[in-house]
Amino acid sequence: MSLDLKFTYTEKKDTRSGFGDGFLEAGRKNPNVVGLCADLIGSLKMGDFQKEFPDRFFQTGIAEANMIGISAGLAIGGKIPFAGTFANFATGRVYDQIRQSVAYSDKNVKICASHAGLTLGEDGATHQILEDLGMMKMLPHMTVINPCDYNQTKAATLAIAEYEGPVYLRFGRPSWPIFTPADQKFEIGKAWKMIDGKDVTIFATGHLVWEAVVAEAMLREEGIYAEVINIHTIKPLDLEAILGSVKKTGCAVSAEEHQVNGGLGDSIAQTLSRNYPAPLEYVGVNDSFGESGTPTQLLEKYGLNAENIVKAAKRALARK
Amino acid sequence: MEKQSIEQLQKICTQLRRDVLRMVHAVQSGHPGAPLGCAEFFVALYFDQLRHNPDFKMNGKGEDLFFLSNGHLSAGWYSVLSRSGYFPVAELKTFRKLNSRLQGHPATHEHLPGIRVASGSLGQGLSVAIGVAQAKKIDKDDHLVYVLMGDGELQEGQVWEAAMYAAHHKVDNLIATVDYNGQQIDGPTDKIMDLMNLKAKWEAFGWEVNEIKEGNDMKSVIAGLEKAKSLAGKGKPVLNLLYTEMGFGVDFMVGTHKWHGSPPNDEQLAKALGQLEETLGDY
Repeated sequence: MSLDLKFTYTEKKDTRSGFGDGFLEAGRKNPNVVGLCADLIGSLKMGDFQKEFPDRFFQTGIAEANMIGISAGLAIGGKIPFAGTFANFATGRVYDQIRQSVAYSDKNVKICASHAGLTLGEDGATHQILEDLGMMKMLPHMTVINPCDYNQTKAATLAIAEYEGPVYLRFGRPSWPIFTPADQKFEIGKAWKMIDGKDVTIFATGHLVWEAVVAEAMLREEGIYAEVINIHTIKPLDLEAILGSVKKTGCAVSAEEHQVNGGLGDSIAQTLSRNYPAPLEYVGVNDSFGESGTPTQLLEKYGLNAENIVKAAKRALARK
Repeated sequence: MEKQSIEQLQKICTQLRRDVLRMVHAVQSGHPGAPLGCAEFFVALYFDQLRHNPDFKMNGKGEDLFFLSNGHLSAGWYSVLSRSGYFPVAELKTFRKLNSRLQGHPATHEHLPGIRVASGSLGQGLSVAIGVAQAKKIDKDDHLVYVLMGDGELQEGQVWEAAMYAAHHKVDNLIATVDYNGQQIDGPTDKIMDLMNLKAKWEAFGWEVNEIKEGNDMKSVIAGLEKAKSLAGKGKPVLNLLYTEMGFGVDFMVGTHKWHGSPPNDEQLAKALGQLEETLGDY
């Protein structure tokens, strides 16, 4: 029997294409938008922008530290630089450059990070960063965004072009269901309650929002009504939405393609422990590196798919 | 700004040296050696070379801009900024103290006029300067971007990423300067990590290299900076190799790494100030 999903899709596409298309549109809207890429223009889907605006696009070669510094300089000169590379090289490799030249200096730089998480797939753990959200959310001044599908990523890309300040935008490689509307308005820092529920809240981010939608239908079949909240902005976190929902449901699950340590779940736990202590279960990677495999295989092996969200929801319910 | 004579500029240098020594002495921390060695460069730049406006605008459109990549020279930079009108000279007394805009290493966080990016973690300033220079090119603003780096700083890999990039992208509105004093915090650069032939290295990276052999002689620094300007706009980024002596101007501090990151005590300060005429009035 097929599941009665509250959100459905007819098409799958990678979130990086949402970024690429949003980036091109942002460039058409605002002549100050410029781009940089460290030898991954094809992978980041930045080629259309480069073709249309060659004078506003800079190939940096395989030199990410320099790319971050140049972005800070372009921002000083009044430009809105979108610096793209894989999430691994956009964070850990250049943490100090981001910290000093971008975050501490409060520069209007958009760090655009693709191929994040396990769903990068076959390239394996060297490229599957699972620590980036933690690193970025710790930086003062930094806004951290992790949209869930093509449409939301495109909307987020357009929104950050209009926001003044440093942003980390995380997206990915796999073809993924497009289940949010094309005409959505993206509000930075405003969580989106996608499905109303009363028994347990599922806070999900990135690709795992889709898994949460599937999990909600699975739980409903068993008579458990889950609320699904799409936390596309990890920082600043929408405390009101989180507390409002948990006050209603009394327990929660966090779901993210990231280490449990330092991820979205940690931020939610901090919010709950300070304001409204309630059971919270985590769906995330538990202090390990990833490995090669298909996205689906990896989400299953590392416990990040809809089935695992269902199990976590039941654990949370049992602790109420 | 009306042009000042070499003698007037030299007088500003002795005052800058006094400021630096008094600032680091007052908080018993900071880095006196390198700013003493770069006094002529700072003064020549701010009082003779830069087309700039002390009514500070972050984006610096329509101005020449300077970036200090080796942020530990902050005392010297703060002195020259205040002496050229960016903020009150009296504020120098807050250097490295709580609630000051004059942080130990330069920062934008406290909104100190003249500072456009934080520096201190080495190797980042050249990249930032290149970015600003490219923004100027997009805007068809024909002003120049200057950046100062330490020679020890060249041990950071990012500098060479930036060097490669600037030549490849023909960032020829950029004049970088290396403070070539041969010293770093643990000792002489040739003992710590030999820089070998810097001129050949930068030339191999596609830069126009301009040697300024007498980096502590005002006339020669100005002539060298004029030469650098004449080399700009010709398709290559320009690098000044500025030969200086760390600790220049104070006989017991010159030519050694020992004063790189150590302040003078009361007695040493008095002795040093005795060698430096108070020309513009101490803060």
